[in-house]
Amino acid sequence: MAKLRGRGFASVNYPTGMNLGGDPSQALIHATTTGTFVVSLSSVDLGQGIKTIAAQCAAETLGLPMGNVLVDTADTDTGPHCMGTFASRGSHRVGNAVIMAAAEARGVMLEVAAEELEVDAADLETDGSGYIMVRGAQDKRVHVTDLAMAAHFKHGRTISGRGVYLKEPSVPVPETGEMDPDSCQAHACTVAVVEVDDETGVVEVLELFNAYEVGRALNPAMATQQVEGGAWMGVSHALFETTEPYYPLRDHGPRDFSAYLMPGPADIPSQHSVILERPAANGPYGAKGIGEMTANAPIPAIANAIFDACGVRLTSMPFTPESVLRGLDALRMEEPC
Amino acid sequence: MPSQIVSLVVNGERREFIAAPGATLLACLRESLGLIAAKRGCAQGACGTCTVLVEGRPEASCLVPVETVAGASVRTLEGVTAGGELDEVQSAFIDCFATQCGFCTSGMIMVAEALLERNPDPSEDDVIEAVSGNVCRCTGYRPIVIAIMEAARRRRERAVPR
Repeated sequence: MAKLRGRGFASVNYPTGMNLGGDPSQALIHATTTGTFVVSLSSVDLGQGIKTIAAQCAAETLGLPMGNVLVDTADTDTGPHCMGTFASRGSHRVGNAVIMAAAEARGVMLEVAAEELEVDAADLETDGSGYIMVRGAQDKRVHVTDLAMAAHFKHGRTISGRGVYLKEPSVPVPETGEMDPDSCQAHACTVAVVEVDDETGVVEVLELFNAYEVGRALNPAMATQQVEGGAWMGVSHALFETTEPYYPLRDHGPRDFSAYLMPGPADIPSQHSVILERPAANGPYGAKGIGEMTANAPIPAIANAIFDACGVRLTSMPFTPESVLRGLDALRMEEPC
Repeated sequence: MPSQIVSLVVNGERREFIAAPGATLLACLRESLGLIAAKRGCAQGACGTCTVLVEGRPEASCLVPVETVAGASVRTLEGVTAGGELDEVQSAFIDCFATQCGFCTSGMIMVAEALLERNPDPSEDDVIEAVSGNVCRCTGYRPIVIAIMEAARRRRERAVPR
């Protein structure tokens, strides 16, 4: 009886978004009297961080600090349209819509600044700290707070912008099945190192190595967090989550999440993650979606590592101690005594 | 059984409110006292996001009938932010990126506070054991464990007189 160590890898190509019957997301931006740019969205942030990404895209495009951007996802009933939080689409669709809206708002902001400073809008630039200034004559400048005030009370202007990103509908060509279902694809590879106890059948994941090609990591900390949090979900799918192992009857199965097994903090492998960037032509600042794919590659990587460790080839999840032991028994039956 | 007036010392302040029989500590904190940091997750004591400290011990407040702790001292996340300043655990959670959707964060911070109160120099295994009653579905736990270790380090450094 021994603890057998094995290593396996798996890769995933994952689509960003779907075309549905056409997949739009909209963004509206307007400046308040004090120069806060409110980004109105109907895109829901359930922890994946779309509010942060939308704020980054708006600030970058406007040429203003993050502190001048407020993302409001208040009400899907009255806000601009979004198809929803699914298909790893948020950063791509919403990011693009926000960039479009922010570019229009920036145009108006520079027009009003040109009026205020009595110069040509084409000669203006932003310094990223809140000032709009004449290129090459940096003392001729106006702060966005003063500018927004002047826009409202002096020039009668609304500094605002509209954006929409539409993934157009695509139907398969009947003869070939060819279609354009997604916007781009992110790629990843995970290597899993596991230990299989051949007496108990328990599989422990010791280490995960993750390499992700994400287009561009708009927020590297959040991208890494998504990769490693998602990998934990993959470990959970691979080894834990099931309604099945309750005997002798299905009636004995779990009725709620308190009886539904998931890995806890003591079951986590150490993870090593690398982000690779190959910007997507149609992505916001090159970003692709990596929401859902992060739970994918760890599962087959763990299955391959189990095979490497003990020769048991498992094809249905989760890889419970029972399935490992049955696999080991089957291998022993095959061996000549 | 009629409702009764229950008194608690919440975050150092005596509070009185009317509680229906069997009302949970969590429900009273959230609904009677307006302290909404503790969350109602599973409502079965399994997820830990409702964790508050009762007499310094972490408890799943969703399982505690409030009349059974009448008069007790209760600490919630609202009581951690003394004078508007984040404490070491809170700032380490931010710096170590130990929160994502945030639903587990309140409970995680409270079990960390209880751990560091009784063990200022915990091992990683001590931290893992402390947070084992709390579910996080976003981070994979690792950043949370790192943040609590970091908070312990910062608190020990602060405690050393210079």
